[in-house]
Amino acid sequence: MNLNELSILSLYSAMAVYALAFISFAFDLAKRSAAVKTADEATGLAALASVPVGVGAANGAQPAGRDATLDPGKPAGKAGAAASAGTIVNRISARIANDAATPYGRSKSLRIGVSLTVLAWAIHLMADVLRGFAAGRVPWANMYEFAMTGTLLIVTVFLIVLTRADLRFLGTFVTGMVLVLLGIAALRFYVEVAPLPPALQSAWLVIHVFVASLGTGFFALGFALSVVQLLQFRREALVTTAGRVRLRFLATLPSAATLENLAYRVHIIGFILWTFTLMAGSIWAEKAWGRYWGWDTKEVWTFIIWTIYAGYIHARATRGWRGSRSAWLAIVGFSAVMFNFGVVNVFFKGLHAYSGL
Amino acid sequence: MSRPSDHYDSPAPAPASDDVIQPRLGLVGWLRWFWRQLTNMRTALFLLLLLAIAAVPGSLVPQRSSDPNGVTQYFADNPDLAPVLDKIQAFDVYSSAWFSAIYLLLFISLIGCVIPRTKHHFQALRAQPPRTPARLMRLAGFTERTAPAGTDAAAAVDSARSLLKKSGYRVALFDSAPARGGREFSASAERGYLRETGNLVFHFALVGILITVGFGSGFGFSGQRVLVEGQTFVNTLLAYDSFSPGRFFSDSSLEPYKLTLDDFSVTYETQNLEAYGQAIDYSAAVSVTRRGEALQTGVVKVNAPMRTGGTDVYLLGNGYAPSITVKDPNGVVVFTDAVPFLPQDANLTSLGVIKVPDGLSEQLGMIGFFYPTQAASSTGAFYSSYPDLEYPMLTLNIYSGDLGLNAGVPTSVYSLNTDKMTRLTGGKTGVESLELKPGETQQLPNGLGSVTFNDAHPGAAANDFSGSVLRFASFDIHHDPTQVWVLSFAILALLGLLTSLFVPRRRVWVKAIESEDGSLTLEYAGLARGEDPALEAAVTDIADRHGRLLVSSTSAVPATEQN
Ligand code: HEM
Repeated sequence: MNLNELSILSLYSAMAVYALAFISFAFDLAKRSAAVKTADEATGLAALASVPVGVGAANGAQPAGRDATLDPGKPAGKAGAAASAGTIVNRISARIANDAATPYGRSKSLRIGVSLTVLAWAIHLMADVLRGFAAGRVPWANMYEFAMTGTLLIVTVFLIVLTRADLRFLGTFVTGMVLVLLGIAALRFYVEVAPLPPALQSAWLVIHVFVASLGTGFFALGFALSVVQLLQFRREALVTTAGRVRLRFLATLPSAATLENLAYRVHIIGFILWTFTLMAGSIWAEKAWGRYWGWDTKEVWTFIIWTIYAGYIHARATRGWRGSRSAWLAIVGFSAVMFNFGVVNVFFKGLHAYSGL
Repeated sequence: MSRPSDHYDSPAPAPASDDVIQPRLGLVGWLRWFWRQLTNMRTALFLLLLLAIAAVPGSLVPQRSSDPNGVTQYFADNPDLAPVLDKIQAFDVYSSAWFSAIYLLLFISLIGCVIPRTKHHFQALRAQPPRTPARLMRLAGFTERTAPAGTDAAAAVDSARSLLKKSGYRVALFDSAPARGGREFSASAERGYLRETGNLVFHFALVGILITVGFGSGFGFSGQRVLVEGQTFVNTLLAYDSFSPGRFFSDSSLEPYKLTLDDFSVTYETQNLEAYGQAIDYSAAVSVTRRGEALQTGVVKVNAPMRTGGTDVYLLGNGYAPSITVKDPNGVVVFTDAVPFLPQDANLTSLGVIKVPDGLSEQLGMIGFFYPTQAASSTGAFYSSYPDLEYPMLTLNIYSGDLGLNAGVPTSVYSLNTDKMTRLTGGKTGVESLELKPGETQQLPNGLGSVTFNDAHPGAAANDFSGSVLRFASFDIHHDPTQVWVLSFAILALLGLLTSLFVPRRRVWVKAIESEDGSLTLEYAGLARGEDPALEAAVTDIADRHGRLLVSSTSAVPATEQN
């Protein structure tokens, strides 16, 4: 068995473990829903509650300012642990509130899910490294390899952020998405190991593509947070009007305001990485094609994505656009990222013809 | 705040009441109103999103700037739709009136927004931190401590000042009016002015990029030139195959250096069977002579342009250039040249055109296919099975008649208009197309003369064709004086972005309140200006450090005073 076959084997193994992790995480969500139902019945407030269920307040966490437009900079809960200002990770970690309406500890399935994700990540890393050795270069030079490395980075970002902020509840989303992307990559994008064509022989391939994938990792996490934020916002609205909440587990997650702050912090890191991607890409384009910007399809989409996220950051600073509207922009932004990867690379004509398909 | 009035951090607008009758606006009033609309955050946001949407069509429809052949093809495929799209500049999206309008409005808005903010920021930079609020209790990170006994209020606030200063705060001290007997001192501190500076630098750098790109690029040019191995090019306007000057370009700025393509070599993958025959390296060995200087040699590669004589030389394409000689029936040479053939596929099946306008009884045109390694499919059609010269073969279809060169219309050297010509070989003529290996000669039909496929390396062994056909390289030669500027502005933008997103801007207050029993209460609190997740931790940290500072300074005092 050669290195590449070993890499493929590892990749399939990693996918199997991701699938198990996904199931564990899904199980955890189901348990959360059940717990919320019990808590609701116990307090008898299920249908009547006009404030987030009382357990949260009893636990010392103050209910979050529900109106994000009025109360943006204010803390939504307890301060994070010792924090020396300024570092990037700290930005995500500080002030992670446990301001859930129904606080919920870490269930066994959640912990199993995280452990399995770490295991799957390790195998995934091995698959990626082996592919790199098999090819004798960085493993991100065609669609198959982009997908493999990009998803690896998504999980890496997720796991690093986990050491700082409790976003374990996103496990279902992260493992699920990675599983789908890896599945598509393995089935549709697979290509044999091939040497780099001259156009890709550049240090900028290493930098530009790596940073783009890393940025995508942050955008993915931000996207998930924004989606949960919107769901949570709806739940909070339903609770105040005594409506019926479908996704009960939401009550165990942070408030919409906290989720919005988290999403923002993740997004700005992604945005900076994307800005750098854009610049590095231009420098490379100048070296390879003799012009730094030529509105090639791939350049157009990189620009569109950058502009949408700049819009998102602006929206967060514009009265009337904070909260749900800006969350929608983040979702549009990530859709454009996925479109750029999955559709533009494969179907659009342009100079960036290296999908390897 | 200096930010636009609808920045979330600005005071909320007074609720508009319906019965207020708006005074009639004069022209100036309207202009002012318009300007205010243009420079608020909502407009900026709208224009940004509009710009994103407006950029989409350019990726769906081929663009003249990046894919002119695609546009021609599109017109051929969609004869009804294409002219309509062309009317709305869909093939020139990024220079279209509507796209330009959006980004110009956006940038006017940007400038209108940033200038007043800059003014305010300069004022803020010189201003003192504001007075300490009367009650700190409701502010972020409020912390209350009791000072070690024997601490003096003024001294405590003084040590808080030096602590804050060391942490990069600007500090003002206040001596509040005595409240209920005891005295009250406070320090009001602010930091993070860099955040706004970074934001302004970022937005200004964007303007810088736009201006340099918009105006500066007018001074440059770009040109293309194909060189066969051994050929020389002199950097003058006429020597280019195609040339596009910027608006302000003058040809006196071309430095007439000489550039020779000495050798073009390609390395093919031969180990990895999955990628057998894939090109893994192109190297153009060139020599350059600048006026009054000795000859210099260099190598141009993809991804590694050569900078010389104020220009950048890029390697863009390459292929084979079979050398062909045509003689008249008497053996007099009427044409001899190495003709660049355009590659048609990965194995370099190449297509070329030879035009012989003079010297024969009729004008002659040939359409040639060149196969570096010829193979035949089951139907008998030829193709190339490998891109290097293993078994080279040239096939020629001959046409005679009017080449159309005298009509005064420029014609491409890569295409042959056969409308007014008669086909002499191949197709339905019943005459075989000519097939030539390097070094071979064949007679032209109708006794027109002969054609020779010259062997570029005649002395080689019988089966070694590796040097038999010359290669050509196509170079792009550019001059863009704005590149450095654009890069500098881009780096500035990135730095500005980093500071503005990661430097926290905050106010912190330390208050020392003497109570009647002589004990001293210390209060700490902060206020975020903009996104600042670490504020509370920072306030607690200051309180802790201040506490330690006070303890160490009081313990230095003789023990007797401490009771
Ligand atoms: C070319 C168009 C523009 C782009 C690409 C852009 C991009 C950005 C980005 C990326 C940020 C966040 C980083 C930072 O704070 O420095 C930002 C912030 C900001 N921009 Fe712009 N901007 C543009 C135009 C404008 C305009 C026209 C205005 C004024 C109406 C404006 C006002 C602001 C303000 C006030 C902030 C601070 C937001 C905050 O407090 O978080 N920008 N802009």
